[in-house]
Amino acid sequence: MEIVALMKQVPDTETQIKVNPQGTWIIEDDIKWIMNPYCEFGVEEALRTKEKHGGTVTIVSIGPARAVEAIRTALAMGADKAIHVDDPALVGTTDSLGKARILAKILQSIPFDIIFAGKQAIDDDMAQVGPAVAELLGIPQLTFVNGLEWIDGRTVRVNRQVEGGSQVIECSLPVLITCQKGLNEPRYASLPGIMKAKKKPLETKNLAALGLDPAQVGKEGDTTEILRVELPPPRKPGKIVDGETPEEKAAKLAKLLREEAKVI
Amino acid sequence: MSDWLFQEEHRIFRRQAERWVLSELRPHADQWEKEEEFPLEVFRRAGELGFLGGGFPEEYGGAGGDFRYHAVLAEALTKSGSGGVGAGIGLHDFVALPAIARYGTHEQKERFLRPGIAGTKIGAYAVTEPDAGSDVLGIKTRAVKQGDHWVINGSKMFITNGVRADFYIVACKTAPEMGHKGISQIIVEKGASGFKVSRKLDKLGWRTSDTAELVFEDVRVPLENLLGEEGRGFYQIMEGFQTERLVMAVSSVASAQECVEMTMEYARKRHAFGQPIGTFQVIRHRFADMLTKIEAARQLVYNTIWLYIHGRECRKEVAMCKIFACETAVEVADQCIQIHGGYGYMMEFPVQRIWRDLRIQPIGGGTSEIQREIIGRLLGF
Repeated sequence: MEIVALMKQVPDTETQIKVNPQGTWIIEDDIKWIMNPYCEFGVEEALRTKEKHGGTVTIVSIGPARAVEAIRTALAMGADKAIHVDDPALVGTTDSLGKARILAKILQSIPFDIIFAGKQAIDDDMAQVGPAVAELLGIPQLTFVNGLEWIDGRTVRVNRQVEGGSQVIECSLPVLITCQKGLNEPRYASLPGIMKAKKKPLETKNLAALGLDPAQVGKEGDTTEILRVELPPPRKPGKIVDGETPEEKAAKLAKLLREEAKVI
Repeated sequence: MSDWLFQEEHRIFRRQAERWVLSELRPHADQWEKEEEFPLEVFRRAGELGFLGGGFPEEYGGAGGDFRYHAVLAEALTKSGSGGVGAGIGLHDFVALPAIARYGTHEQKERFLRPGIAGTKIGAYAVTEPDAGSDVLGIKTRAVKQGDHWVINGSKMFITNGVRADFYIVACKTAPEMGHKGISQIIVEKGASGFKVSRKLDKLGWRTSDTAELVFEDVRVPLENLLGEEGRGFYQIMEGFQTERLVMAVSSVASAQECVEMTMEYARKRHAFGQPIGTFQVIRHRFADMLTKIEAARQLVYNTIWLYIHGRECRKEVAMCKIFACETAVEVADQCIQIHGGYGYMMEFPVQRIWRDLRIQPIGGGTSEIQREIIGRLLGF
């Protein structure tokens, strides 16, 4: 089976984010970069699919040179090969559609039966790339998937988390699945895996090599523009209610909840 | 951080190792401290993930890398919240196994290195004795050839993994009259007749690691259990110290960093006289001084690791690392307790554990005093 996992490198969740002086994006120096955690569920599910049905797992990722580290991590987890798209025309792009066009173009040139993607990237939280790729390819999409089982070699049954419950859907291949927490527990890249990953095929392509026009998928083709980026306001410090007895504390708390917080 | 020393594969490994430490070890640290032991399962799991194989050859299940993987693992282990875990794994993976890898025969590597990398056999390294620590020549444990066996008599002290190890690399006098050339290393397996763990030692820190006193009474092991060359034990031990001291230095720096970060967090939250204590000049200058020293120690250690992996002469630098990084860490932990005030003295605050765990660093693996002697002698005095 031909299995593809779309993957994005994002800032580490532990990173302290700082906004640039122009207020248009974050400062990217000194950031630790990781594989997007939702994409990691996708990579893991791709590997499990291979373990069940055999085949090849291909990682596809767009990003600057630093993204290679996340790609190698996926290869170290067990993926077979990778395609990396890097082009100066992509610096500062904001559109999900442009990214989806690039990924769709690649997917039109390689065989696939099933495609996994994160439900969203944890940096810009767009949640659009996966669905847009499926649309461009004209294949079904199953989004926000937190459970997956195989009915047979060509049919999956997935669980989607929806408001107040869950939805169970069966679908035949080809299909694109966007992955949600709960789908699986991603494996570690073992040390021998990390060493092996150095020798696995990783192809870096620019837009010209893909036959894509920077005016359409690059910065100049963006249909959206980020006007401003700001940090959430700092949380106000809490208040500790003191008092001699529990009764006294409770009375004070009730008073505060009524008069200050105005919730009762 | 330090991209000049560590490459992409080391950074990928660091992320995996830290994830393991933070998700599978740290949540249990307090419990293990209470039980005064971490489970053997930790070795098995590290082996299963291939994390113990960093610097060892692929033909025995290793990853075929260099010392940097050990350094990354040692740094990651300082995040476990229990110094004894790092001590136990470290002694096995960075001291006992490298000795087998360096001097072992193919057969010994199959018997000890391969299962050691897999985490199914645990190693200990027995040099120190009740009356001989830094003075390696002063050891009294004696091994005598009798037919096709060595017969060992003596005792060993402060042996990490001493209670639970499957094999012990024991420094013995095989020709007492030969001085430096009369010491050999012999492998003794658990269960050998006459071998006894006389007691598990009660320690200030590293409380989750089992440190033991061992007794050998007419312990008979086959001649082929000799590790390396007969009479070369002293030199083998000295060479092994290089790795051990570098590991102790690198983990001291990482622990000191952890300790300061934890204390800065405290200094942001803790108020006195109406302001966070970190905003007092006396405290923030102390942080500035501590972080300056830690950074200096880190650069010294990383630079020495570079010399070491490139096979350059670096005995002097390794001794400097051992002194400066280990002493800095102890000093930093002590200052961090001071900043915590009364809470720093309380067992419920983690800073005291770091302080207790770090106190061994300028003592174990060759004391600071001995390191200064090494440097002095290398200077020609």
